[in-house]
Amino acid sequence: MAFTLTVNGRQMTADVPDDMPLLWVLRDVLKLHGTKYGCGIGQCRACTVHLGGEPVPACLTPVSEATRAPITTIEGLSADGTHPLQAAWREMDVPQCGYCQAGQIMAAAALLKKHPKPTDADIDAAMSPNLCRCGTYVRIRAAIHKAAGTSAA
Amino acid sequence: MQLSRRSFLQATTLSGGGLMLGLFSASRKLTAQNAQQGPPPFDAKAFIKIAPDGTVTLVARNPEIGQGVKNMLPMLIAEELDIDWKSVKIEQADFDPKYGLQTTGGSRAASNNYMPMRQVGAAGRQMLIAAAAKRWGVPESECFAENGRVYHRPTDRSLGYGELASAAAALPVPDLKTLKLKPATSFKIIGQRTMGVDVPDIVTGKPIYSIDFTLPGMLFAVYEKCPVFGGKVKSANIDEIKQLPGIRHVFVSEGTIKLGPVLDGDPGLEPGIAIVADSWWFAQSARKKLKVEWDNGPAASQSSTGFAQRAQELSKSAPQRMLKQEGDVGSAFSNGSRVVEAAYSYPFISHAPLEPRNCNATYQNGRLEFWSNTQLPARARALVAKHLQIPEDSITIHLLRAGGSFGRGLSNDYMVETGYIAKTIGGPVKLLWSREDDMRHDYYRPGGFHFLKGAVDSSGRLVAWQNHFVSYGDGEKFSPAASISPTEFPSGFVPNYLLGASVMPLQLKTGALRAPGANAQAFVFQSFIDELAHAAGKDPVAFRRDLLNQPGEKLVAGAAKPKVENEPATTKQAAKPQAYDADRMLAVLELAAEKSGWGKRKLPAGTGMGIAFHYSFQGYFAHVAEVTVGPNNTLKVNHVWGVGDVGSQIVNPSGAEAQVQGAIMDGLSEIMGQEITLEGGAVVQSNYDKHPLLRMKNAPQIEVHFHATDHEPTGLGEPALPPLLPAICNAIFAATGKRIRELPLAKSGFSWA
Ligand code: FES
Ligand code: FES
Repeated sequence: MAFTLTVNGRQMTADVPDDMPLLWVLRDVLKLHGTKYGCGIGQCRACTVHLGGEPVPACLTPVSEATRAPITTIEGLSADGTHPLQAAWREMDVPQCGYCQAGQIMAAAALLKKHPKPTDADIDAAMSPNLCRCGTYVRIRAAIHKAAGTSAA
Repeated sequence: MQLSRRSFLQATTLSGGGLMLGLFSASRKLTAQNAQQGPPPFDAKAFIKIAPDGTVTLVARNPEIGQGVKNMLPMLIAEELDIDWKSVKIEQADFDPKYGLQTTGGSRAASNNYMPMRQVGAAGRQMLIAAAAKRWGVPESECFAENGRVYHRPTDRSLGYGELASAAAALPVPDLKTLKLKPATSFKIIGQRTMGVDVPDIVTGKPIYSIDFTLPGMLFAVYEKCPVFGGKVKSANIDEIKQLPGIRHVFVSEGTIKLGPVLDGDPGLEPGIAIVADSWWFAQSARKKLKVEWDNGPAASQSSTGFAQRAQELSKSAPQRMLKQEGDVGSAFSNGSRVVEAAYSYPFISHAPLEPRNCNATYQNGRLEFWSNTQLPARARALVAKHLQIPEDSITIHLLRAGGSFGRGLSNDYMVETGYIAKTIGGPVKLLWSREDDMRHDYYRPGGFHFLKGAVDSSGRLVAWQNHFVSYGDGEKFSPAASISPTEFPSGFVPNYLLGASVMPLQLKTGALRAPGANAQAFVFQSFIDELAHAAGKDPVAFRRDLLNQPGEKLVAGAAKPKVENEPATTKQAAKPQAYDADRMLAVLELAAEKSGWGKRKLPAGTGMGIAFHYSFQGYFAHVAEVTVGPNNTLKVNHVWGVGDVGSQIVNPSGAEAQVQGAIMDGLSEIMGQEITLEGGAVVQSNYDKHPLLRMKNAPQIEVHFHATDHEPTGLGEPALPPLLPAICNAIFAATGKRIRELPLAKSGFSWA
């Protein structure tokens, strides 16, 4: 079945089964590899993208559902890597292996849209669904505060 | 480490001008044959390329798995070459024996590279200076290099490296012995916090990982294996699966492994069913419709409860073999004023890097080409060659960034599977394991059992230590990563010492996980030392101080890591016996106590502090943890102070601090809920819900301190992890009086607050 998706402001078509998760449509069909696969069951959120501005796990979002709103992936977060979170991530040297970080940044971007000045508790609530196997949590927290211009409690 | 006398540098002219400088080792048959054919091709083994426009490219030779080696190695070259770090381009080397040792493991990157990479840089600088001096007709001593230019001091003239590169390439390469390395006081790059070179690509989602790699016409594969190690396909609905949407190939493999205990690392190609499709989702969906009847084979009789029972039985008899005996523990126990006995155990756990195992390969005209995130390309190639019957020189490996590894990439089963599928279909393919494959077919950190007895005398000193270690193996051999060093601490620090071992045959793959051996044994020994401290009526820091402060020799010979069985040959270096330097450990112990305010702070009820130290992989670490235990054993780790001594120089403080922070988080993941169990020979846990990682809300505050000492710089991938687990357990004891002798904590009813 052909589905039309709006990804990073562009209309894209994918002829795929309706239960195919958005994650695999992005990665294998549309060749957008920034969104990562980690678990496939909603545990790690390495696959976080924005659907209508909300962070969703792309591995659990069937393509049929993903047509309902515009999708933003890490590739579309900013045109040139200048989103304040991307800048803060560079400045704080957050990534270790880096594999979880697209998901972390997308989750953090959704948080800042809702809470431009997040507290540590806001950060814990928004970011705890996202796993980092390398344990970069200290720097993720610091980078979110940096991007938001807030300081840790 | 110095370069061996058989290593030398070689310069080559770049096509179109410019300099290329490489480090060669004469032992690599660079000899007669190459001599006849002239120098090797100039892109070989080169670490520095300077183009005529001045662009400097440095090659990072080791696989990058997230530990920052792609920064550290080039930083060492750039420092001595005297260039601006910001202008440097970094290239990941492909696997090529001409680069020398290309392995990531054993925390060896710092010690294996600290001198050689600086020597490469210094040689480059010296040649560029010589070229400039020659052009100006002035003595070299009047010239100096800075930020990519050579200056003539008296006349203030200068030339860029690009302008000098071709001339420099024609000059003789300086003798390694005459190279002048910078004193640490004039370092400009080494010692600076330096952002990971791939970070800009990571934060913008560039396809830099193995899982992202594509080739034209590439197909996607899954490989279904028996849940029980070595099980074979009896029958399966292959024809039905072939009809499903997007499916291109389905085939069954008998595999090449031998059944029985796994004792030698990678056993080969396991039996299974390959499904190859147009997209990974098609392959994975088709697989869910597979109906397979497996012949589980002999491994199906294994279970975790069975092993635990057998370990108890074995503990009642004498150890199958003695590993070390000093003094007379028997009489010490009868004379010792306090004797403590305790049984400790820890589970199998899985590596679970966030990027599941995957690999890319194509097969054409008898040649197999890989794009892989392996940590050990040399061993991967040998393994593939052996099991797929392809000559080694027909196998190429390109190295791609790994989304974590933690030792998983030292084993190359997934590359054999990928190679097998590519060879069978005769084209490009990506094999991607599902998370479930990854967790059910890992090379697990082996579990183990320690039956301990210790005694302290009336003055409160440790006088006897006896350990019956029940592990896995067969006869004289331990399963991979299931061994113990006969001289493991406190050997050499206690007058009466006995270490014996018994093993149980295991038909399951095991392997090195971050700080192998140490990651489990530190929990046992540093917890038991805490028990003995309390039995002696001493403060845990004071007791440890006394233990390290033995009269006489402070360097305890061989107490470190004399032999790691079944370790990959290329990391044998890590197995070199080394002395345990009690003074270095004492210093980090004192610093951890000081920084944490040990014994100085009044803590509320339910809150306690624990301390532990451990030496592993050339690093000395002591951690202090402060925890609060609430009702129903809810655990909050408030703060961890991590203190390490890894020698004289931290190359990249940002990366170094990250490794310690990461090791602490990793230890917290392991301690709370991670456990792999076997039922009917099959692994029960299959995803992060049952083998959890720490989440941000449970992450503590972390303070990291490095204690610089006048010793060779050593690595940080591993040694910061082991003492974390006992520090937490000792803190739980301080907070509650409850002694943890079994991991994970969830088994004793703990959960995160
Ligand atoms: S891959 Fe989607 S939550 Fe893990
Ligand atoms: S940086 Fe490796 S998983 Fe987060």
